Amino acid sequence: MELTIGAVVKGGTSLGYKTGSWRDQRPVLDMKKCKVCGQCESVCPDSAVHVVEETYIIDYDYCKGCGLCAYECPADAITMIREDK
Amino acid sequence: MSVVKVLEGSEAVALAVKACRPQVISAYPISPQTHIVEGIAKFVADGDMDAEYVRVDSEFSAASVISGASAAGSRAYTASSSQGLLLMSEVLYASCGMRLPFVITGVNRTVSAPISIQVDQQDTMSLRDCGMIQLFVESSQEAYDAHITAFKIAEDPKILLPVMVCMDGWVLTHSYERITLSEEKDVDHFLPPFKPANFLDVKNPKTWGSIGEEDMVMEFRYSVQQAMQYAKGRIKEIFAEWAGISGRNYGGLIESYKTDDAEVILLAMGSMAGTMKDAVDNLRSAGDKVGLVKIRSYRPFPYEDIWEAVKGAKAVAVVDANLSLGSEGAIGMDLKAKLYGAPNAPLVVDVIAGLGGRDVNESRIKKIVEKVKEAQASGYFLREPYWAGLNPTIVPQGV
Repeated sequence: MELTIGAVVKGGTSLGYKTGSWRDQRPVLDMKKCKVCGQCESVCPDSAVHVVEETYIIDYDYCKGCGLCAYECPADAITMIREDK
Repeated sequence: MSVVKVLEGSEAVALAVKACRPQVISAYPISPQTHIVEGIAKFVADGDMDAEYVRVDSEFSAASVISGASAAGSRAYTASSSQGLLLMSEVLYASCGMRLPFVITGVNRTVSAPISIQVDQQDTMSLRDCGMIQLFVESSQEAYDAHITAFKIAEDPKILLPVMVCMDGWVLTHSYERITLSEEKDVDHFLPPFKPANFLDVKNPKTWGSIGEEDMVMEFRYSVQQAMQYAKGRIKEIFAEWAGISGRNYGGLIESYKTDDAEVILLAMGSMAGTMKDAVDNLRSAGDKVGLVKIRSYRPFPYEDIWEAVKGAKAVAVVDANLSLGSEGAIGMDLKAKLYGAPNAPLVVDVIAGLGGRDVNESRIKKIVEKVKEAQASGYFLREPYWAGLNPTIVPQGV
């Protein structure tokens, strides 16, 4: 990032900042158990769960691995897996 | 034609702000600042002033509103005191870093506890490190003129920092003085509309105060320090330019009063400097070579100018109406740090005076001068500040 007076820079650049690299656990979704209820999408604080037709896609570019989706999933369809494994 | 009126100090400030045509005012009441924003509210309500007047829920919001307004390219203003200024402090640090040139009147009042609404300079001076330019004034007329120059200093493209005009509560804000008001067309000529290079614009989105970590925070701070250093010269030019238009000249970053041959020099800020000028005159009539340096710009700290004024003296009594608990008064610390190692520097004695509205009257000032002369004659370097007017009989015992 360029150093400017007042640290004034072009806006809207956060999309290019892939915060998924902060994650140390990744949520993995098992579509065989998923009831497509939408809980994971609604609780995700990073809006990193997207509905695509009849399935859910987790956006690993922005998922920070907080685990809320796995905790809230009523069908236990999401498992948190350590990134180093 | 300028107009002469008898005005309360707060009214004079409200009129100065009106003449500067700010577009956004935020206001949250706190004594002794309230009359200023009340006065401005009336101008706006009467249609005499075309500004957005935002009544906020706290001083934190008051500072946030002018911060956002300034980023959007508006000239913005608020006023506060004491606890209110302390509540603003987080926003003020960020605003200085984001180089947002609004103006605040910091009406000097002590801070809690004990709860007190009386004057001292603890509140404004505790914000000295955040990056604001801080001007201190002796009279309401000087407050009027300082506000007009404050916007021009803040908005200078090479400065771009908030300016706080610090004026003593009650003594100035609530007393009536003969005030000469300049013509608005003169102010308009002196202070053209605010046109920043960067401003919030939906068509060209920008972020203020973006992230910067260990690779750039030092350089960022250094650039603000450079702006402060540049401001020293520019403030003098702006003061001189307004003095030429208004006919009222208070000096530059400091005002030296009878310092040329002075052996003991008092150094102070704000309204007590007025009493000190009388004390200096009377001491001189009695044969004492005493002078006064009044600091007008506390940040940036004008040590070069102070050195020029005090270098021939034997001793300097720094009268601090504030205290950095666990050390001493803030101006005392500043001056000792800057004079250390200077050849034949005068003895600097820090004096704590006037806390919580304790009167700094002529007899007390004479005692300060006596005390400093004693210290100077003994050759003993006072490490602890001298407390002027302390009543030891009521100090609570036990820790």
